[in-house]
Amino acid sequence: MSLLKLTDLHKSFGAVKVLRGVNLEVAAGEVIGLVGDNGAGKSTLMKTITGVYPVDDGMVRFDDEDVTHLNPGERRARGIEMIYQDLALAGQQDVANNIFLGREPTKRLWGILPSFVDKARIDSEAQKMIDRLGVRIPSIHLPVGMLSGGQQQTIAIARALTFQPKLVIMDEPTAALAVREVQSVLDLIEQMRSEGIAVILISHRLNDVFEACGRIVVLRQGSVIADLNKKETNMNEVVSYIVGAHG
Amino acid sequence: MKLASLLARAHVRAESLAVLIALSAVMAIISPVFLSFGNLFNIILATATYGILAIGATFVISAAGIDLSLGSVLGLASVTGAFLVVNLGLPWPFAIVGCLAAGLAAGAVNGLIIVRGRVPAFIVTLGMLGIARGLALIISSGRGIYGLPEEILFLGQARPFGVPTPVYVLIVVALVAHYILAHTPFGAHTLALGDNEAAARATGIDVRRQRLMLYSLSGLMAGLAGLIFTARVNTGDPTAGLNYELLAITAAIIGGTNLFGGRGSILGTMIGALIMGVLQNGLNLMAVQAYYQQMAIGIVLIAAVWLDQIRSRGRI
Repeated sequence: MSLLKLTDLHKSFGAVKVLRGVNLEVAAGEVIGLVGDNGAGKSTLMKTITGVYPVDDGMVRFDDEDVTHLNPGERRARGIEMIYQDLALAGQQDVANNIFLGREPTKRLWGILPSFVDKARIDSEAQKMIDRLGVRIPSIHLPVGMLSGGQQQTIAIARALTFQPKLVIMDEPTAALAVREVQSVLDLIEQMRSEGIAVILISHRLNDVFEACGRIVVLRQGSVIADLNKKETNMNEVVSYIVGAHG
Repeated sequence: MKLASLLARAHVRAESLAVLIALSAVMAIISPVFLSFGNLFNIILATATYGILAIGATFVISAAGIDLSLGSVLGLASVTGAFLVVNLGLPWPFAIVGCLAAGLAAGAVNGLIIVRGRVPAFIVTLGMLGIARGLALIISSGRGIYGLPEEILFLGQARPFGVPTPVYVLIVVALVAHYILAHTPFGAHTLALGDNEAAARATGIDVRRQRLMLYSLSGLMAGLAGLIFTARVNTGDPTAGLNYELLAITAAIIGGTNLFGGRGSILGTMIGALIMGVLQNGLNLMAVQAYYQQMAIGIVLIAAVWLDQIRSRGRI
């Protein structure tokens, strides 16, 4: 039984057909690599899963529910998280607030005033999550704009993991990182898999894809042209699918 | 250091407070009457009207927006409330309802056009600046509407426990606004929207709804300021609030609100509004012509943004 099921997704921007009938299934605890050339439709496909883009046609099923017409907030509440390439962090807000952005826990202040953001709880849970990921951040009270790329990447991951997601989509999580930081991201993906979280990893770095993923899906010109088991393929074959040279 | 952390917790910039104190000290030395109770009340009373406007400006600017129509909407609200009660003879509560509804409606129209039509806020609110002022002049036939009932005048002229009513109104509104901006999800989403709109959307914040509510709130503040103004001068005045958007936006900016969004504080804005009040009052006491005061405020606005630019270039 699959966790995520995409059926015949179509999406156009004006005259440009970006997705032309995408079918894909992802099971719980499965790590799949989504690869393809620039303009193949990877980012668009991911945004139709998170709900940022409504689809023109087709269906998105998640956890035995049709989520096609739900907005990003509703899908996030059901366990679909995405870590964007640009990280989607609010640079002037502090680390803890970024982790809880859009889902701030509230309480009643002095038992009376409603909707009081529970900053103490945000801080303590954010600290716990940072500790659990085993990363060093000088302070959770710093604005994220003052942190390094690797540290910001970690905060984006921490935000995705804080609310027990079932599916995490990562868009180029290793592209801007130093070698040591790349390994820690790959370790985190393995940790997620072992906890039963499904991961879709979008990456141009095939080395990372082969290390982290069990299955590799190639997108070309808006449709899935190959769905490969890592053990039965190799890098040359994947590259030939990506560039459209596979016979 | 304890003071610094206290200020940080209250979301107030130490520099703004230092400027306010320094400015007050200078004025006190120059003019012996500056520190008298009567004069301090004058300052706060004058501050009350555009202080309320500045609260609206703070919300909108924190979300990387702008509302240039604040002063004109104040004028529209003023004549709408007075017209209902004086010209149509409706009971006094309609003055309150009229002012607030006119402000809210103008703000909601701003928000709807910005969100639905994707017209830049700068253009929409600049257009509303003309529309609201024109409408105010049409409703009032270009004349002041005099003779409001006692109950309304209480809101502007009474002094319960020796303090003018507008001061109470300002304090209550500022505290509620501070709570909303600094301590509720609505406030957090406002700052996130101003900081990085794509991030706000990605985390599931409904940015269209947020914008619509922010501009409506800004309009509502202009309506409330219009009510206080009307009560204070006992007139539905179509020219009320002329150039007040300059005062309101300047107060917000020198209070520490980031013109490009992502940072804003109501308590900071209140200090900014007091700085404007002290500056105007001091120039009055020194018998400086009103024309120069306009210039002074304009210079303060540009200088505040300039300093902020220099400071932020040094950081992130």
